Amino acid sequence: MSESHESYSSHESHKTNGTHATNETKTAGQLNDELLSSLRPPTRRWYLLAFFLGAVVAWGLFAFTWQVTHGMYVTGKDRPVMWGFYITGFVFWVGLSHSGTMVSAILRLSRANWRRPILRAAEAMTVFSITVAGLFPLIHLGRNWIFYYLIPYPNQRGLWPNFRSALLWDVTAITSYIIGSSIFLYLGMLPDLAVARDRSSGRRQQLYTVLAMGWRGTAREWVVYHQASTLMAALIIPVAVSVHSIVAWDFAVTVVPGWHSTIFPPYFVIGAILSGVAAVITLMIIIRRAFHLEEYLTPLHFDNMGKILLVISLLWSYAYFVEVQTTWYAHEPIEWEVFSFMANKYTFLLLLMLVGNSLLPITAMCFKRLRRSIGVMLSVSLLVNVAMFIERFLIIVPSLSHKNMPFIWGSYRPSWVEISVNIAALAGFALLYTFFAKLFPIVAVTDVRELEVREARVPLGRAEVPTVAGEE
Amino acid sequence: MGKMTSPYKWGMVIDLDRCTGCGACVVACQAENNVGLCDKKEIAEGRDMHWLRIERFWVGEYPDVRVRFLPVLCQHCHDAPCEPVCPVYASYHNPDGLNGQVYNRCVGTRYCGNNCPYAVRVFNFYPHDWPKPLDNQLSPDITVRSRGVMEKCTFCVQRIRRAKEEAKGEGRMVRDGEVQPACAQTCPAEAIVFGNMADPQSRVARLSRSPRRFRLLEHLGTHPSVYYLKGGGREHV
Repeated sequence: MSESHESYSSHESHKTNGTHATNETKTAGQLNDELLSSLRPPTRRWYLLAFFLGAVVAWGLFAFTWQVTHGMYVTGKDRPVMWGFYITGFVFWVGLSHSGTMVSAILRLSRANWRRPILRAAEAMTVFSITVAGLFPLIHLGRNWIFYYLIPYPNQRGLWPNFRSALLWDVTAITSYIIGSSIFLYLGMLPDLAVARDRSSGRRQQLYTVLAMGWRGTAREWVVYHQASTLMAALIIPVAVSVHSIVAWDFAVTVVPGWHSTIFPPYFVIGAILSGVAAVITLMIIIRRAFHLEEYLTPLHFDNMGKILLVISLLWSYAYFVEVQTTWYAHEPIEWEVFSFMANKYTFLLLLMLVGNSLLPITAMCFKRLRRSIGVMLSVSLLVNVAMFIERFLIIVPSLSHKNMPFIWGSYRPSWVEISVNIAALAGFALLYTFFAKLFPIVAVTDVRELEVREARVPLGRAEVPTVAGEE
Repeated sequence: MGKMTSPYKWGMVIDLDRCTGCGACVVACQAENNVGLCDKKEIAEGRDMHWLRIERFWVGEYPDVRVRFLPVLCQHCHDAPCEPVCPVYASYHNPDGLNGQVYNRCVGTRYCGNNCPYAVRVFNFYPHDWPKPLDNQLSPDITVRSRGVMEKCTFCVQRIRRAKEEAKGEGRMVRDGEVQPACAQTCPAEAIVFGNMADPQSRVARLSRSPRRFRLLEHLGTHPSVYYLKGGGREHV
């Protein structure tokens, strides 16, 4: 393959002495090699993975086409339950998108240095999951082919969308979040793109040249870069919080029993951060394994992420307790009916949700040994996200099944089309991620190296002092 | 543009003491409004298209059991939960106090259907067709809805429009009883009365002041236009 030859070549010239080199003795070139290893030409296994994911996405597209050509009856929805798995998926993916903001922006502002190796992975996850999330409301439309009615565009009929509708707030919030998080990702990647540009050739180099926008690494560029990324980190947090609040308003502003609750916006944001943090942990483990980054993603990182997971899980449990407790105390008959129906019909799911979101993370994450065990972290983080999907399902479906008119109570069972589309969404997300990791530096090279420079000690007279005193 | 006002506020009174649960109103509604024909499967799946349904309740313990009927159609709320949630204004409030539904504008988010506490909005899950010769029965006054569109009771807005136009041509108001939706016209027991609530002398307005009146789910603050007169018998609950 000629492509692979011209695409990327590691710099042999920088290879120096020992094989057991530690971090401090590694040269800049070696570090770059190691951190940019994901950009090497794709292997056969990569192609296999991409093909597999592509096939699943194609199946999902087929299911969606089936729905468009036949009608909404191919889903499991009926008269009282008019939203189902699609909206569950929507809320779930919006929740996942909180990972990048959480890990990157909040930790950047709080100057937690251990964030550095994972921030790129988290930011990319935000962009891709919010993109996937944005597709769900369109997939779920009864007449998808006129989805543009939802967009405020000038037209001859003088028709505008209804700005009082929570769905339009959704459109607005998600669009801003997609734009904001993409800028955030791109901005943080700028110096790394320049590194990649300088170390590649051929078509790849052309791509990086365009994307790096002439980055040369002058002192002034770095100053502006740091200012911009700190500012962007501060700006993206309110956007992220507002996005999930607005998604919660989809439910909270209605009169549906079980949805109409003022705790929903903070509850949803907490849930989003919980699933986001769990997803970042899962992703860290996958990336660590796939790109051999054991030296950069150490048990310390998992320890710290585990602590965050513990705190957020406690917060989530509190919010859930408050929601149920207020309903129980008020004992509004129809709301109580919704809760009892949920507990009766979906007992197993309810228990799984409580274990996965609350009991298990809280107990397991209390122990340092478990937080530092990769296997435990993987299973806990996966279970948290399964439980979060269930949580969204249990918010949406039981409330709709048992609304105010008992004569029209119903139930819901997802059809193969809805399940296929949801699985394809996961595959699509993974596919986007796979391409991203192959095309762009998945570990924030400059951020990692910046830390090493900061931590390096230089002799000054008889004493040794850190090279750079503070951050930013 | 000033505030749109109208001398009409259409309303309905349903006397539950008179309702026998015969279902003529359901059939009349289906025939009048080009409502899709559903087969057994669709109905079993909870995807029937009835704009008007008769809810049946059993009251009392055996052997003293009574059956109660409650015809439920769109309540044409003055503070309708379905209206603000529609992102494209397919669901809107017209000056006569009706909850309009613009079928051609509807994209099918089904948000209105979720937010309707009365669950009277029906969604075209299936594409519907009218096998010959039933297609001859389709009313030319009303859109035939495609699949993926939400639809609902309109108080037979096409009849109201026609009556208003005729009245306007003659330079007068629509007279009481001049316009009736199909359900009211068909009801053999005359349980359903329709008219202009804004006219205090109209039959519907007088009935709506009856001490037997109540409205469905009034505590939600939706202010429905449909009043029910509850049964006065000993089995009344």
